[in-house]
Amino acid sequence: MSIESKIRAYIGENFLFGEAAELGVSDSFLDKGIIDSTGILEIVMFLEEQFGIKVADSEMLPENLDSIANIVRFITSKGGGQ
Amino acid sequence: MKPQRLLHEALQFSAARAGGASKVSVVVEGKPYTYGELLDQAMRLAAALRSRGVTRGDRVAIYMDNTWPCVVSLYGTLLAGGVFCIVNPQTKADKLEFILNDSGARILLTDGHLAKEFVPALPQVRQPLAVIASGKLPAEAASIEAFEVVVRNTPPGSAAGDIIPLDLSALIYTSGSTGNPKGVMQTHQSMVFAAGSLIEYLRLSETDRILCVLPLAFDYGLYQLLMTIQLGATLVLERSFTYPAQILARMQEQKVTVFPGVPTIYAMLISSHGRTPLVFPDVTRVTNTAAALPDEFVVKLHEIFPNALIYRMYGLTECKRVSYLEPELADQKPGSVGRAIPGTEIYLLAPDGKPVPPGETGILYVRGPHVMVGYWNRPDLSDHMLKPGKLPGERVLCTQDFFRMDAEGFLYFQGRSDDIIKTRGEKVSPVEVENALHSIPGVREAAVVGIPDPLLGAAIRAYVVVEPESGLNDKQLRVACASRLENFMVPKEFVLRAELPKTATGKVSKKLLLELQ
Repeated sequence: MSIESKIRAYIGENFLFGEAAELGVSDSFLDKGIIDSTGILEIVMFLEEQFGIKVADSEMLPENLDSIANIVRFITSKGGGQ
Repeated sequence: MKPQRLLHEALQFSAARAGGASKVSVVVEGKPYTYGELLDQAMRLAAALRSRGVTRGDRVAIYMDNTWPCVVSLYGTLLAGGVFCIVNPQTKADKLEFILNDSGARILLTDGHLAKEFVPALPQVRQPLAVIASGKLPAEAASIEAFEVVVRNTPPGSAAGDIIPLDLSALIYTSGSTGNPKGVMQTHQSMVFAAGSLIEYLRLSETDRILCVLPLAFDYGLYQLLMTIQLGATLVLERSFTYPAQILARMQEQKVTVFPGVPTIYAMLISSHGRTPLVFPDVTRVTNTAAALPDEFVVKLHEIFPNALIYRMYGLTECKRVSYLEPELADQKPGSVGRAIPGTEIYLLAPDGKPVPPGETGILYVRGPHVMVGYWNRPDLSDHMLKPGKLPGERVLCTQDFFRMDAEGFLYFQGRSDDIIKTRGEKVSPVEVENALHSIPGVREAAVVGIPDPLLGAAIRAYVVVEPESGLNDKQLRVACASRLENFMVPKEFVLRAELPKTATGKVSKKLLLELQ
């Protein structure tokens, strides 16, 4: 499974109710109202476990985490999911 | 000098001061906007609202995130003589529809990215409703106008001239025990007064730079804006605290001096401080409300904010704020939420209406110009919260909260007298959450209670009986609730049960449920 499909599956299962297919790859999680500050911590834990990376506090930014596309770019830049 | 009587006069006065028009009023996610720009845009929107039929006292629903259009919308509505009805952007279609119908709003101001919820609500709205949305417009609703175009193309007119301080300025919807939200009616007079009282005890000035990560739809967030504009100060507005690194960087860059938060935000800040020490020497005031600030947090907050006074406060939407504890008295009065805010009075009465001696528990009453007029369209519920006061015809607010008061008038929270759950500072009706649970296919029975929680005040716990063949688990229930309710209403815990204990009359017994733990 690609990084993108793993992330989409996780978001779909944990934050959306059977509407994961409607979520565009660049849709902002904040705009869509699907995560809050607790949700973002859960996503970070998932990324750390699934892709073997470490996310620093200073990296918890929208440009790294606020859409599927941003997460894929972030994981790739950190060499995760190899 | 003309005194400020109306809420929006603060904007007109601050922009008219020497150098005022070029001063930055609001920094939205890093982008600064001056008082001159805010007044110009709000006057344009006001003229646009007037030309779309808004007159004195008409409601304008504002269903928006913490954005620049939201700030413009609040003041534009007031300048048009309207009443703003601000709705949390996490609100789902059903509840939005209820609020649009209940308020009788003539206009909906919203953000294009919220289309998934507001588009389905529109066909059910009973009155004619014009919709103006910022950002990308939804393709499926052709009649929606673009906020940016409307503001740009309407020349500024003059402010409504027929408004007096007793006119309504806002309807703020809050959860009700019947399951439907109810609109708290506030007037220009009550809101100008409340903002002034807060400014006084927080010792704020026009040089302050106030952070706001709380929703503007939550009165704690809204008043950060109202106080800023009343002072002629600067608001540093962010969408939320979801990405803490971004907020912390912005605080440094914008030299924030006032940090309003709630315990869940402080917990995240303290946890981050534990990994990499944080220090914000520019911050001189830190405020907390919504739930009590744990004592162990205070030590850490003094490390993070070495130059700040830390305020503990208590309030409810029906009067904005009740009390605050002078920061210098924090060590002498541990556990207290302090005394009445300036210009107001508080007292305790027993359930039979008799005064309560110092040290004993009673129901808290609030008297002052900040008390609401009542609930919109709900005189029955208004009578439950507003009781005859000391003067003939006067009404005071009965908070329905139990407190203890010491001989010097300091308040200590003891509990609530109804089953409303106060979590993260927001009131949640168990009925509303139970209705949402019952609407999930496969849920047979549900009962919702509040349990004490150090960060939230109370946490929401749902006891659920599911149809065995549905295979529903707690994770699926949480996701299903999140698609039906605002985040703060989603239960923190789900307890699956084979059955729920009943009273003799067949109703679910919440008392027995809690005893079974």
